[in-house]
Amino acid sequence: MITTILISLVKSLVLILVLLGGFAYLTYYERKILGRFHVRLGPNRAGPFGLLQPIADAVKAIFKEEVVPGHIKDKLIYLLGPILTMITPLIAFAVIPMAPDLTIGGVTIHFYIADANIALLYIVGVTSFAAYGVILGGWSSNNNYGLLGALRTASQMISYELPLGILIVAIVLSTNIGRDQGSMSLVEILNRPRPWWLWLWLLLAFPAFYITMLAENNRSPFDLPETENELVAGYQTEYGGMKFAMYMMGEYLSMIASSALMVTLFFGGWHGPLATPGTWYGPLIGFGWFAIKIIIVLFLYLWVRASVPRIRYDQLLAFNWKVLFPFSLIYMAITAVMVALL
Amino acid sequence: MSLISFFILAFFALLTALGVLLSRNAIYSALSLLAHFLVIALLYFSLSAQFLGIVQVIVYAGAIVVLFLFVIMLIGGTITPVIHEKRNAARIAAVALGAVFLLGLLIALVKGLPAGATPVGAPDAGSVQAVAGPLYTTYLLPFELASVLLLTGMLGGIVLALKERKGVRTKD
Repeated sequence: MITTILISLVKSLVLILVLLGGFAYLTYYERKILGRFHVRLGPNRAGPFGLLQPIADAVKAIFKEEVVPGHIKDKLIYLLGPILTMITPLIAFAVIPMAPDLTIGGVTIHFYIADANIALLYIVGVTSFAAYGVILGGWSSNNNYGLLGALRTASQMISYELPLGILIVAIVLSTNIGRDQGSMSLVEILNRPRPWWLWLWLLLAFPAFYITMLAENNRSPFDLPETENELVAGYQTEYGGMKFAMYMMGEYLSMIASSALMVTLFFGGWHGPLATPGTWYGPLIGFGWFAIKIIIVLFLYLWVRASVPRIRYDQLLAFNWKVLFPFSLIYMAITAVMVALL
Repeated sequence: MSLISFFILAFFALLTALGVLLSRNAIYSALSLLAHFLVIALLYFSLSAQFLGIVQVIVYAGAIVVLFLFVIMLIGGTITPVIHEKRNAARIAAVALGAVFLLGLLIALVKGLPAGATPVGAPDAGSVQAVAGPLYTTYLLPFELASVLLLTGMLGGIVLALKERKGVRTKD
């Protein structure tokens, strides 16, 4: 009992450290890539190739004065906002398998923290808490821009959760094909062999899934909660220093978590050449594949940010209700027919 | 172990429930409600009713409390006006319904589990498969009827919202 808890604790700690490092270098990656898109160099002053830039940024954020503006009435809720936004993607990572199991001397080490029967639902449930961080932060800022940004977020996140949920239902349904029982556990979804036509059919859902993820993470072109040309910075207007950095962390960590989820659902997670379970090098190479796939999906996020202009708010909602939602319903219906026939 | 965790969770459930009732600030009430739902979900998890617990989180914590907060923020929210209305009929009805519910719980407690009921806390009793099976076979009709009921509620909401702006022309 105690050892299981201890092992989980150690694994969680390592995972959190890796993810925070990943966050730091994701900002570097984004700025470098955006730089290339803009035909400029990007950060190149701190360290070789600007590699120390994230550390310089972190030091700067930590040493900034912690200001709480005088018109903030509710300091507790004001501080709760960034905290909630930051911890939810970290919690969501618990059910994502990152490498094949490793067996040393009869002890099997799993490279996930929990293999829950409800893993997919768990991710949906946990990530919906990110909306609270934004709403509470925007409201407690006692500022109209903040409140407007928060209200936009609430409606955006809730309405894009619908097609997301329906697409997840379709993916769970597809695990039923060829066997008597489906599964919601990410470990099982990953390890069940799929025929090639099922891969193709699932990849068809990837663009829609990816767009809902862009909206759920408030990424460009759906970054309406913080539209700088109409709302200053939306819900984060009144935040500075480390508190602002925590909102940034929340956004980038949820990008990493969503990419990990998409890699697991659509691109075979850690599977790849040489990532054979049961060997000593399997977990290492498996984790490498997982990381490479995540980096590629993250590149898509940055590519979209560099290429697509921000859309208008009514376009955002119309696109969800008139395109994505019907598409996901039809997709789910066809998947259901496939499951019933095959 | 399970008894200890039950009492800890029950303590927090009561604490957060009281927080909903006693908070002066509507925002704190809503947040206490959120915390209460989470504690209840943990209680379900400790009874290995995983599916029920996560659905509790998704539906109540993920959507309904967000909408509560939405409304509270739009109408101000920091100060709740003290209501001095005397709605005796509503109060009597509330007390009566509460008493009936309490009586039902007491009867259930005294009678104990009916014969043949699945014991709570069996490892896989609350998994998705275990919940979905009976729901879509044995209890299909009541399940579908409940969904019709929910649909009616949704349609009612839309009808009420549309009624007020009869003269207003929408863009499309």
